[in-house]
Amino acid sequence: MNATGIGASVKRKEDIRFITGKGHYTDDINRPGQGYAYFVRSPHAHATINGFDLEAARSSPGVVAIFTGADAAADKIGAHVCGWTIHSKDGSPMKVGAFPALAHGKALYVGDPVAVVIADSYLQAKDAAEKIVVDYGVLPAAADTASAANPGQPQVHDFAPNNTVYNWHVGDKAATDAAFAKATHVTKFDLVNNRVIPNAMEPRAALGEYDSGSDVTTLYTTSQNPHVARLVLSAFQGIAPENKLRVVAPDVGGGFGSKIFIYNEETVCAWAAKKIDRPVKWTAERTESFLSDAHGRDHVSHAELALDANGKMLGLRVHTIANLGAYPSTFWSVVPTYLYAILLSGQYDIPAIYAEVDAVYTNTAPVDAVRGAGRPEATFLVERIVEIAARETGRDPAEFRRANFIKTFPHQTPVILCYDVGDYVSALDKALAAADYKGVAQRKAASAAKGKLRGVGFSAYIEACGLAPSAAVGSLGAGVGLWESAEVRVNPVGTVEVLTGSHSHGQGHETTFAQLVSSRLGIPFENVSVVHGDTDKVQFGMGSYGSRSGAVGMSAISKALDKIEAKAKKVAGHVLEASDQDIEFKEGKFTVKGTDKSIDFASVALQAYIAHKFNGQELEPGLKEGAFWDPTNFTFPAGVHICELEVDPQTGVVTIDRWTAVDDFGKLINPMIVEGQVHGGVAHGIGQALHESAVYDADGQLVTASFMDYCMPRADDLPSFHIETIETVCPSNPLGIKGCGEAGAIASPPAVINAITDALGHENVAMPATPQVVWRAAQNAAMKRAAE
Amino acid sequence: MIPVSMKVNGKAVSAQVDPRTLLVQFLRENLRLTGTHVGCDTSQCGACVVHVDGLAVKSCTTLAASCDGAEVTTIEGLARDGRLHPMQQAFQDNHGLQCGFCTPGMIMTAVDMVNRKGFDLDEHTIREELDGNICRCTGYHNIVKSVQQGAREMGAGAQQPKAAE
Repeated sequence: MNATGIGASVKRKEDIRFITGKGHYTDDINRPGQGYAYFVRSPHAHATINGFDLEAARSSPGVVAIFTGADAAADKIGAHVCGWTIHSKDGSPMKVGAFPALAHGKALYVGDPVAVVIADSYLQAKDAAEKIVVDYGVLPAAADTASAANPGQPQVHDFAPNNTVYNWHVGDKAATDAAFAKATHVTKFDLVNNRVIPNAMEPRAALGEYDSGSDVTTLYTTSQNPHVARLVLSAFQGIAPENKLRVVAPDVGGGFGSKIFIYNEETVCAWAAKKIDRPVKWTAERTESFLSDAHGRDHVSHAELALDANGKMLGLRVHTIANLGAYPSTFWSVVPTYLYAILLSGQYDIPAIYAEVDAVYTNTAPVDAVRGAGRPEATFLVERIVEIAARETGRDPAEFRRANFIKTFPHQTPVILCYDVGDYVSALDKALAAADYKGVAQRKAASAAKGKLRGVGFSAYIEACGLAPSAAVGSLGAGVGLWESAEVRVNPVGTVEVLTGSHSHGQGHETTFAQLVSSRLGIPFENVSVVHGDTDKVQFGMGSYGSRSGAVGMSAISKALDKIEAKAKKVAGHVLEASDQDIEFKEGKFTVKGTDKSIDFASVALQAYIAHKFNGQELEPGLKEGAFWDPTNFTFPAGVHICELEVDPQTGVVTIDRWTAVDDFGKLINPMIVEGQVHGGVAHGIGQALHESAVYDADGQLVTASFMDYCMPRADDLPSFHIETIETVCPSNPLGIKGCGEAGAIASPPAVINAITDALGHENVAMPATPQVVWRAAQNAAMKRAAE
Repeated sequence: MIPVSMKVNGKAVSAQVDPRTLLVQFLRENLRLTGTHVGCDTSQCGACVVHVDGLAVKSCTTLAASCDGAEVTTIEGLARDGRLHPMQQAFQDNHGLQCGFCTPGMIMTAVDMVNRKGFDLDEHTIREELDGNICRCTGYHNIVKSVQQGAREMGAGAQQPKAAE
């Protein structure tokens, strides 16, 4: 294998600027004459906005302008659109409305921006904002997921009776009822998937700039998908037509889904910059991020699993209430439906599944995709109920899973998806060996001797990613296609720029994409540059989320490289005086078959541009090709994670001792980067399982709005991870890759909780399993044992 | 406005600032040293760690005025003579960063950790010492490996005879 080729753990190109402090994140960018924006946010979860007293603020030093919701509404500047229409069971479309970029008339959650102050300095803007008096009429709030749709609850929107966005379902109810009628055992389980806050380490930021000479607005922003941002800002928010709007997403400090969406603050900075004819910059303080970044998860579910006497799964029945917060967000509606319920078959051959999802508005921040987006919720439900069913029926959890695994492919599930390829048994076997499952009893005894309780938990997850076939998602309600684009520009000296619609915010595309291109063209890795994140440079693209950059973004590059190769062969044929049919291309050299006549790639590039050796009317000069890749299927990464931990029953403290992961991501481009993605994903999921929880009180106050109140996983909370892979090649893209960015976060929460409940003798434990939660469960378990 | 003067990465700097100006604002806004980041503004995440008179501090909760007369080193001042500091190199070698946002603070904390705890650091010590730095991308696994390698190599560097002394 080439040291920088596909499959090599090449060190990352992008690291040098990050380790030397030379990255360019949005907040690092400053434009001459910029003003600083500070947003006035509602302190109430639900309130009428009766008026503002702006006088003191207007005369505060340095203040340039103050805008309220009335100004945004007057200029028809919009916000909060969702790009995916879900229809309810009765065929009616989901209930959504139109909103201005600053709350007007009513504030609907704590943190809802109601006004913006722009001043010469940030401190001046903040000082002035504190002088603004807003006359609020406080209303009762609906903040609780489970009860939001109940009669008599405060109504978030007039257009959505009973706070209901949609009542959706999938699967065959009659077939599922029939399966349950035949069951000899039914496991029932009520669960909450805790609300989380994404917390990319870089807070969101935006810098709008308007050039009156060209009438062009430029927005620098923390985005995972700058073209989609431009589309939304143009088509829905009323900022400027796309040809007069440039969106730049420079270095972005983590996304985890939260930077897919188009937020009010970005819209306001772009709008205000033109209005005051000065650049306008905003950077979130961390508490603003907590309040206003789209949150994730927040499901309340009931699940039932039917088994026959042999432990064969017959059917699964699920009802979920999904809290979507106060306003629509870009992909908000699809997360608890087509990214959630269609994964409820997990890795199992379940003949009948029926799931109902009721999505509700509440007076809380919008809830949208966070790393995994729907699939962690599905996996948690499936892997918890499977574990409970195994224990209830006295079966080994590993063997119960093995017996019910899907073993032949392709496999059509009862909930839309058709899994193309996989090998779940091999992953399980490899994980059992790597985790030394046979030694568990001995290790449990050793822990018991120290007064500790040891538990082992499994998670056999599957996800659907590589989003997604455009026509298929269109038929499910998507307002956009989910292809990806690439352009490969070969320069006359043979160096290459790859322009990609994917966006890297930590994934290492500058390295992995260069590995693909350099190995395909046989040119030095250093000679390939990857360009992304600027709508003025890159052709339209759909951005990075849903583990799609490899499977979809790189497939587009691969397709463009096919065209480059075909064109270069024609050029080489002219130079070598042979038919392009007789030209072979290998390791950077074009050779006339069966001869020693050859020419290297760089020389062909030069010949393509000087165009002396061929007729420019018959063969176009130059060497630049573009491609759009539309996937033919989702990809289906899957694997088995095993968590082994110790519980201290005296304190409730959980210490994870071993983490074993065996994942099938198909072909790997850079194993070092893949492992890094798994590490981060697993840590994210452990955070959800043990530490993280976004808590709104009954009045809709977010009481976890700083890192002092919201527990992020830290280095001393986590173990080192043992990561292995197996490989079944993905058949639906030219590179055979499936995607790895979300897998860890999808797999890990149920593995942790299954391990804790194993340690505690099957006592149920909710997430996050904080020491207090675990201690209580340990006490309950001990009391039950004493009573027996 | 009040005057502040300090030495940053070996260079004398001075300015008139709002008395509320934080050290990180002074570095980022006045000096345009944007390698030091603000991740939380409550001293929790450590993206803003710099060295003040040789000790790691969180510059998001330090007043610039309180550093009057101090010597400050930021991530931009770590590489010398065009060569990466061993801790910087270790982060690249071990894939100790993904989005890079927490990385400057991680590296400055790691260097301080080695200065205080020595060159032979076990995993437990490193994890405990990293408690004030949050990373969302890496799960810390490769950061721990990076710090271990960086510490070893700082040790190897320290044993070399110093030239021109």
